[in-house]
Amino acid sequence: MSAQTASPNELTNGAGAAAVLAAGIGTFTIMVLDLAADKVAAIKSIANFYRPTGPLSGVTTAAILVWLACWAILDWRWKKREVAVTRVCTIALVLLVLSLVLTFPPIADLL
Amino acid sequence: MEITERSLWTLIHGMGFGALYLLACSGAIVELWRRYAPASDPPTARDEAFLKVYFIGMAVLAWMAVLSGAYIVYPWYRAVPPAGLHDLSAFPRYLLLSKPTTSEWHNIGMEWKEYIAFFAPISMTMASVVFVKYGRSLKRHHELRNAVLGFTLASFLAAGIAGFFGAMLNKNAPVEGGTTIHLAEGK
Repeated sequence: MSAQTASPNELTNGAGAAAVLAAGIGTFTIMVLDLAADKVAAIKSIANFYRPTGPLSGVTTAAILVWLACWAILDWRWKKREVAVTRVCTIALVLLVLSLVLTFPPIADLL
Repeated sequence: MEITERSLWTLIHGMGFGALYLLACSGAIVELWRRYAPASDPPTARDEAFLKVYFIGMAVLAWMAVLSGAYIVYPWYRAVPPAGLHDLSAFPRYLLLSKPTTSEWHNIGMEWKEYIAFFAPISMTMASVVFVKYGRSLKRHHELRNAVLGFTLASFLAAGIAGFFGAMLNKNAPVEGGTTIHLAEGK
């Protein structure tokens, strides 16, 4: 993403773009880990962080950690910058829509 | 009139946190659409302060809904019955899977609901942080406002799907058991 440094007192779009993209990555990570746990027995077993809840506990905990880590890194890099926010938001919304569609079991089963 | 402990927790999860989140979400979408559109009148400082609290409250509600669902209600739902047990009424997942007329409520409904429900708190945490940081200046950041609106709409959809399947799952195989709480005595 192209980025420009802004003047110190200006509220740039970088922090907002970082939050939006991280949310897209977070939902996409839930979808990827859900598919992985569904297809690979070893991943399903590893994702069993809390036995009463089963793999849901590991998939969502790992995805939340990935989301927060991505958010922290992106925020650190972009918070004082103007970024290509249209492109960032488009990518985030595409990730979100893909996540909604690919977690639907009849579609996930086709993969 | 009585209710079981598990049924009460299912109500708190679904009707308390989940349904309240859905109601709040519809209000947030209208406010974002109406007050932060480029051609609208600028929101006042009071509106801004109210909406910040409102968005934070929504994020808290969304987290309470998914965490109570995943760590309180879901373990009761997916509990494994002892071998040879014929009455599966205390084991909702296995009760649903025991009949072809109800098995897809689990295979499609629960399998989808349990993951997409988490899209709501992630989306609303992001929306509330962006809202708190940018406040009224979000009106000038059109793309960010549109992205926050898009994620709020998606969280509404995700919570709606989770709520619909939650209600249908509980209708076909209610989560029951635990201590019975007596609410009123019949005449």
